[in-house]
Amino acid sequence: MAEEVKLFGSWASPYTSRVKVVLKLKGIEYENVEEDLSNKSPLLLKYNPIHKKVPVFLHHGKPIAESLIIIEYIDETWKHNPILPIDPYDRAMARFWAKFIDEKIQPAVWKTLLAGENEREAAIEEAHQLLKTLERELNGKKFFGGESLGFLDVAGNVVVWLEVSQEALGMNLLDKEKFPILHEWCQRVLDDDAFKQVMPPKEKLLAFTRARFEAFLGPK
Amino acid sequence: MGEENKVTLYGMWASPFVRRVKIALKIKGIPYEYVEEDLRNKSQFLLQYNPVHKKVPVLVHNGNPIAESLIILEYINETWKHGRKILPEDPFERAKVRFWADFLQQQFLDSLCSATKSREEAHEKAMKDVFKKLTVFEEGTEGFFPNGSPHFEGENLGFLDIVLCSLFGSHKVGEEALTMKIIDPERHPLVHSWVTAMNELPVVKETLPPRDKMVAFIQSLRGNSLD
Repeated sequence: MAEEVKLFGSWASPYTSRVKVVLKLKGIEYENVEEDLSNKSPLLLKYNPIHKKVPVFLHHGKPIAESLIIIEYIDETWKHNPILPIDPYDRAMARFWAKFIDEKIQPAVWKTLLAGENEREAAIEEAHQLLKTLERELNGKKFFGGESLGFLDVAGNVVVWLEVSQEALGMNLLDKEKFPILHEWCQRVLDDDAFKQVMPPKEKLLAFTRARFEAFLGPK
Repeated sequence: MGEENKVTLYGMWASPFVRRVKIALKIKGIPYEYVEEDLRNKSQFLLQYNPVHKKVPVLVHNGNPIAESLIILEYINETWKHGRKILPEDPFERAKVRFWADFLQQQFLDSLCSATKSREEAHEKAMKDVFKKLTVFEEGTEGFFPNGSPHFEGENLGFLDIVLCSLFGSHKVGEEALTMKIIDPERHPLVHSWVTAMNELPVVKETLPPRDKMVAFIQSLRGNSLD
């Protein structure tokens, strides 16, 4: 029943989008609560008092925060169409690389945006090396999950969003000449049915990214 | 022992992250070979098994390496299904312990490192941050012990217990080394009684690094960054 499952999120948040993709892949009905992140609802603050962030997943009135933790919960609760691999070692690898994306790649990308003139080149080089390391993990596969989207492809959506929105930031960090394999993977992900239904329209995302970047750093 | 089911743990004696894995392996009764790494001169095995981060702990099982302590704990839980479960069976309870373990992992390391390596104002600021977050943790996990104080029968430590124990279990050692209180029973009664209860357990005592060596180690970390 849809009323038992609620997702508090924002259309502009790739972390919210991760959860939406998984819900779509599993065909789980839910109520979507769109949050205005500049004016967070009392319910959001009640359900995630620690971090006060989206996404927050509510099932039978019980809240869960942090996108990857939510996805593991969904996978363990609705066991059809598993998102994580079955084998414990493959699961460990999927978790390892998802963590790598969130804890290494994401901060490195931010660093390139915030770096001053002198540090920018080094920051870009670091981000490139990390992206190359991730790219190698594809290792000839269609998706990180094999023939279809898996946990790591879903976690990797931030890389896909980077590819789509980087022009709004005046950068070409994920250069398709430098990262042909990652670029092709991005295209396959963008072409996936579930992903397509959840991805915000490109122009809307570009406009939002541009505005947010300028608000953060001042207009260029 | 052949390659089949061989378990090797690459670690460093003072590392709280390695200690987590030791505790988990002990709780599950899994025999393993331990390899002490000199982190200033990392072995070719470590670099081969964890080329991405080049850190300990790394668990190698049947020749397959796994890095990152929390990921190793989940792997142990899923691979050796006999005996005590490290994670709860219920998905919601599981999500709760993962959330708080992640909180401990993400929120304290920077401030604790900073507090160890700084003095006066910077030190004060770092410790204030630690205390503030301990309060958040304390309030957030209040409901975890409905029967009152934390109490562990046998060696039934779970995922979150192990992480808390590795981070704050030897707080007295840290307090001696830095001559200050880290876990104050008045300020953080739940955390204090939680780690005290865990410290009684043989599995925790057996994985404690030698006290004097640890005090000296922390003091040298501090000494090397000041002056």
